[in-house]
Amino acid sequence: MKTLSFHPDDAVHAFITTIPHVSYGEGPLCGMTVAVKDNISTKGIETTCASRILKGYIPPYDAHVITLLRNAGAAIVGKTNMDEFGMGTTTENSAFGPTYNPLDHSRVPGGSSGGSAAAVAAGLVDCAIGSDTGGSIRCPAAFCGIVGLKPTYGRVSRYGLIAYANSLEQIGPMARDVGTLSRLFSVLAGYDRRDATSVDKPYTHTPCADIKGLKVGVPREFFGEGVNPQVADVVRQAIETLKSLGAQAIPCTIPSMKYALAAYYVTCTSEASSNLARFDGVRYGPPITSMKSWHDAFSDQRKAGFGKEVRRRIMLGTFSLAAGYYGRYYHKAQTARQMVRNDFDRIFKEVDVIAGPTMPDIAFKFGEKSDPLQMYLSDILTVPANLAGVPALSVPCGTVDSMPVGLQLIGRYFEEERIIDAAYAFEQEVA
Amino acid sequence: MEDFETIIGLEIHCQLNTKSKMFCGCSTDFRDNEPNTHTCPICLGLPGSMPMINKRAVEYALKVAKALECTIREESEFSRKNYFYPDLNKAYQITQYDKPLAERGKLLIDGDHGEKEVRITRIHLEEDPGRSVHMGTTDRGKYTLVDYNRAGIPLIEIVTEPDIRSPKEARKFLNKLRATLEYLNVFDSEKEGSLRVDANISLKGSERVEVKNISSYKGVEKALTFEVTRQKNLLRRGQPVIRETRHFVEARGVTTSSRSKEEEHDYRYFPEPDLLPLRVASWVDAIELPELPDARRERFRTQYGVSLEHAKTLTGELKLADFYEHVASVDPLLAATWTADYLLGELNYRDFSIDAMSSDLFRELLDLIKADTITDKSAVEILRMILDAVKEGRKPERPYEIVKRLGLAKTSGDQITALIHDVIAEQKAAVDDYYAGKSQALNFLVGQVMKKCRGRADPGYLNKLLREILDKKV
Repeated sequence: MKTLSFHPDDAVHAFITTIPHVSYGEGPLCGMTVAVKDNISTKGIETTCASRILKGYIPPYDAHVITLLRNAGAAIVGKTNMDEFGMGTTTENSAFGPTYNPLDHSRVPGGSSGGSAAAVAAGLVDCAIGSDTGGSIRCPAAFCGIVGLKPTYGRVSRYGLIAYANSLEQIGPMARDVGTLSRLFSVLAGYDRRDATSVDKPYTHTPCADIKGLKVGVPREFFGEGVNPQVADVVRQAIETLKSLGAQAIPCTIPSMKYALAAYYVTCTSEASSNLARFDGVRYGPPITSMKSWHDAFSDQRKAGFGKEVRRRIMLGTFSLAAGYYGRYYHKAQTARQMVRNDFDRIFKEVDVIAGPTMPDIAFKFGEKSDPLQMYLSDILTVPANLAGVPALSVPCGTVDSMPVGLQLIGRYFEEERIIDAAYAFEQEVA
Repeated sequence: MEDFETIIGLEIHCQLNTKSKMFCGCSTDFRDNEPNTHTCPICLGLPGSMPMINKRAVEYALKVAKALECTIREESEFSRKNYFYPDLNKAYQITQYDKPLAERGKLLIDGDHGEKEVRITRIHLEEDPGRSVHMGTTDRGKYTLVDYNRAGIPLIEIVTEPDIRSPKEARKFLNKLRATLEYLNVFDSEKEGSLRVDANISLKGSERVEVKNISSYKGVEKALTFEVTRQKNLLRRGQPVIRETRHFVEARGVTTSSRSKEEEHDYRYFPEPDLLPLRVASWVDAIELPELPDARRERFRTQYGVSLEHAKTLTGELKLADFYEHVASVDPLLAATWTADYLLGELNYRDFSIDAMSSDLFRELLDLIKADTITDKSAVEILRMILDAVKEGRKPERPYEIVKRLGLAKTSGDQITALIHDVIAEQKAAVDDYYAGKSQALNFLVGQVMKKCRGRADPGYLNKLLREILDKKV
């Protein structure tokens, strides 16, 4: 075992917890510093999900990906800030204060894996892992100018990931360049019997810049209403670059996108309302001291422990699952979800990857999106990949107003290799 | 008084006796252990943990489904049943909702009017919650302790159609179901809380009442009998039966209304996203059923020639049937009578299960009866001595030793003849009465001889011999 000291100058507040003395072993990631989103269980290290209700919770076990990282020799140096339980697009919804965008401290780093993205972008760590339920890896990767991958649903074990929306989320790698991201991903991917939704598809690929003949689908909806025209232009230029490398651009449409946001928010809030119900004060959080009945004590505890956005989503999800509403909301959302899957299946018969912007805009100023609905709308380009379960990554492709823009590449199920190659080819070309 | 038809449907929760829990590897055998020692991140519901289906539990449930002749779904689904309760670690229970493992089965029972079929609506798999231990009274207890050892124990819920017509039939149904589960070796009826019953009961034309919290076999009949009486009394007084949930208070033998805010649940069921749909098509055919109670009953009839009643009794419990087969070789009919009539009576009197009696000792006793070495009366006496020894925690004496020690071997013919002559000489008045035609005098003389040999003569033989001797004297 070797050790290293970790005393970052964390001016962007990327970390909730840092580990000053880290030991690590041999392996493919030997000595690489890795920051871990604070919703991934780490044995002996406080894991809060950036929520007051989990303050002081120290998991007695490691998430599967943590075991894999340790076995690969990685040095886990800290736990990063996030939107509480992953619920947000800016990392403003943290009980422990926001994280700042390393490129402009007046702007958000994106979310919900904002701490992980900021730590990587600020050069505090070599790489990081985040989780992506509706864009939570890709959004902060785009806003901070790094690379982030949401793997195919099932390719990385979720065992130990504190669930926000189980049927949508995946743990994924974040790094400054595609090569590092690929190395990290090769450690994370693979089967784990403890996650029933896990699939035995290891990743052993080395990125290759030859993308001649790659068919790139360009969905009209990704350049439509609500997308900043300057951002759209930068992304169009990026697609031209791919074409100059031998790729072929093919226009396509994803008609189901008009249902995607609603389907996403109904599904994730429903699952979240159930996932977060266990935080009732009996086992987590400060002890209940009132002498009220357990029912009232639970209410008090949850009201004090959860932030406003979390409470809003729990209410939404509880409503969507209620008797008499299930058919109209949760069940209908699953039907819409199938339509999104069908659209991707159809398009992927014609094309190898889909390209478009990751986010409709550059990083917001703090407080810029005060209306929750406006905030939710900014997830429109990232949620389709989660609804379908297909892999998607964001790679920096230029700037608008000196802030980075992310090119989103979406692939077929278990074909991370192709989108990583396309991202690598682009990265090598513009470097 | 008008007669109301009683309509009963049951929901039965049975713990499956797998070695490990439903969704994790924790051991289910926690009876002698401290609270919260058989737990892990999964059954504690720690954030981030995920359930893994115990294949053995699914196999056990499939056995039950097959034995109850259900249609088994090729693809069933686990759902979350969401509700808050301190002992529910995840605030939801993983159960099956609209796609249960099996549906539409039946169980034949000995009904009030002969054999009848009770239809099974569905069988599904789920996990047991933890256990709350209320310190002090429920109303004013200072605190409640929670033990998660039980959390995650595999359960099956069996729901019947409202085909049961009396509390007695409900008990009969449960006995038959228990026997079936035991024959399948998926259930340990002696484990505390291994079977819990909710009953829906109504009188024809009136509202239905759900009685919860019945946790013993005897409790079911008691709770339902109370409820039938309560509902009949309401109707007789012209008051309506209110549709409600009531709790059975075992200690008092009554049901009480339990309409509180916390009981009004909307469980917000939705498919468990951490588990894939359960596909059992490839397993179902490989599952072989052992001989079940009805088949064994018929075999007892043909193989041993025992009566229908004896066959029913002897096969009504797995251990009893095994016990009988162990001792039947002595003499099948003698063994059936002595097991079903004498032994069971003595066991019930002492609240003992068949485990209390060693089948080896019982065989020895049957050998003694069969060889005509002892009288039935002595045999019963020996049986009681053995069971009393068990009750007091002593090692029971072998029947041969008891016979030897107490001299219980039947008195021989010569000895009896000698005793008869003694009695005739001593009881002149009674002998005269006999000759005068007073038949009860003979009984008196038999009694006197019995007294002299301390009951070790065969009454029939003694009677005959005494009459012969007296009649010869004339």
